[in-house]
Amino acid sequence: MTDGQVVRKILKPLVWIGCLAPAAWLVRGIVIGDLGADPVKTLTHTTGLSALTILLVTLGVTPVRRLLSRPSLVLLRRPLGLFAWSYAVVHFLIYAVFDHRLSVPEISEDVAKHPWVLVGFSALLLLTTLAVTSPAAAIRRLGARRWNRLHRLVYLAATLVILHFLWLVKRDVTEPVRYGVILGVLLLARAIPALVRSRRAGGAAAEAS
Amino acid sequence: MLIRRPPDIPASEITGESLYQNRRAWLSTAGVTLAGLALPARARAWGGDDKLTPYDVVTTYNNYDEFGTGKDEPAKHAGGLKTKPWMVTVEGDVKKKGSIYLDDLLKGIPLVDRTYRMRCVEAWSMVIPWNGIMLGDLIRKLEPGTKAKYVEFTTLLDPKQMPGQESGVLGWPYVEALRIDEAMHPLALLTTGVYGKPLPNQNGAPIRLTVPWKYGFKGGKSIVRIRFLETQPRTTWNIAAPQEYGFLGNVNPNVSHPRWTQKEERRLGEFFKRPTLMFNGYADQVGQLYTGLDLKANF
Ligand code: HEM
Repeated sequence: MTDGQVVRKILKPLVWIGCLAPAAWLVRGIVIGDLGADPVKTLTHTTGLSALTILLVTLGVTPVRRLLSRPSLVLLRRPLGLFAWSYAVVHFLIYAVFDHRLSVPEISEDVAKHPWVLVGFSALLLLTTLAVTSPAAAIRRLGARRWNRLHRLVYLAATLVILHFLWLVKRDVTEPVRYGVILGVLLLARAIPALVRSRRAGGAAAEAS
Repeated sequence: MLIRRPPDIPASEITGESLYQNRRAWLSTAGVTLAGLALPARARAWGGDDKLTPYDVVTTYNNYDEFGTGKDEPAKHAGGLKTKPWMVTVEGDVKKKGSIYLDDLLKGIPLVDRTYRMRCVEAWSMVIPWNGIMLGDLIRKLEPGTKAKYVEFTTLLDPKQMPGQESGVLGWPYVEALRIDEAMHPLALLTTGVYGKPLPNQNGAPIRLTVPWKYGFKGGKSIVRIRFLETQPRTTWNIAAPQEYGFLGNVNPNVSHPRWTQKEERRLGEFFKRPTLMFNGYADQVGQLYTGLDLKANF
């Protein structure tokens, strides 16, 4: 099998299974009525954490692809990114339905009043922009350069999510800090090679990521 | 704000174990179903009453940071806490000072059964049938002096038994306090049991404070010291985040937590939120403790 076939035939199905697992677990919980003492909290936590985790895995694709010299791994990036976005959307919908009964004035007030919600909301808007511009047609329309620049916003989105997470915990910041450290490592994994490359090529290497 | 008040939970509801079992069975079949998802209106209608929160929820969903900050951690880690024998130290402006075994401390004080709403500052709530004594009965027995304006309750400090105390999430030991008039109020309890059984460790065994018109964090657990003070003591959450947690900690839908609204709460097991009631629905009983006080400034 070529690298491309391995990615398409083995890794992609694995990505689907892995990404659908939390959703399947939640659906099972809903069906058998076993989502713990606070079902809505279980739903927001699981979807929020899944969105963040998958987002971080998405950000890991490029460094790993370069490290292993396996360019076809890039094929996993779009499905991963879209799964992360989907969980974020469901996460928001659960909040909108169960915390605010879909009341737009209520949600607007919550977003305006509470910075940690505003930060989550901004992350969701960014991720939505990226999801909408993820098809190949959008890349063609925007041009690789502009598309790349736009999609670098994913790092901003991930940073906002970490902030959202840090801000919402009552007191114990262990978990959000853990995710924040992973994001920091991923950022460095992109920034350091980029710096080295631009040094070497005198800034001419605007290589498509 | 409160146009209609829902019926109060009877101050004393004596319910046998079999009835709890039935309610529990009912809750697990009817409580969390897809119907609730599909029919918001009906789900909200359910919200009007105060069904008992099942025993297994009351004893597995706890905020007791001494045993970890996850809701399920206290039930997992509190089992090793040795609650017998238990000494309580009585200090301050009070006649009956000294260290005393808990059994002796409580001797002669009548036991009461009380079913109370429990509203957490995190905007969720339960309905819990407690067993214990009226705090006022104990205070009268201890005979505080005229300078005693506040009563302070200190939780056990023992990182060996309480692994959460190894972390710096809060300053240990946990300290809570009431004004003496609040402490003398007949609704204020020291609880030693729940659902007619001895209090499980994760709920604050062997003795904890239960003040139903205040947020749950006011209820100090596993109490080892009671002090009668002239000046207002600093309390743990107030020290940790003074802009978020006041000394009084009264349930008040009109005063938001800086990070979330307190207008509504989620009764555990339900999907939709219900309105939070002033003083957690005990305004008629306790409102007069705070007449003339600016509750926005004194939260
Ligand atoms: C409008 C947008 C958003 C809203 C209103 C929102 C709302 C919430 C709420 C209500 C919670 C639970 C807080 C609690 O009960 O403790 C939460 C937690 C969380 N959210 Fe969001 N969120 C938003 C966007 C996002 C996005 C875009 C992500 C990730 C991509 C995300 C990731 C998380 C994470 C990781 C948690 C913590 C889960 C945990 O407590 O274990 N959120 N969010």
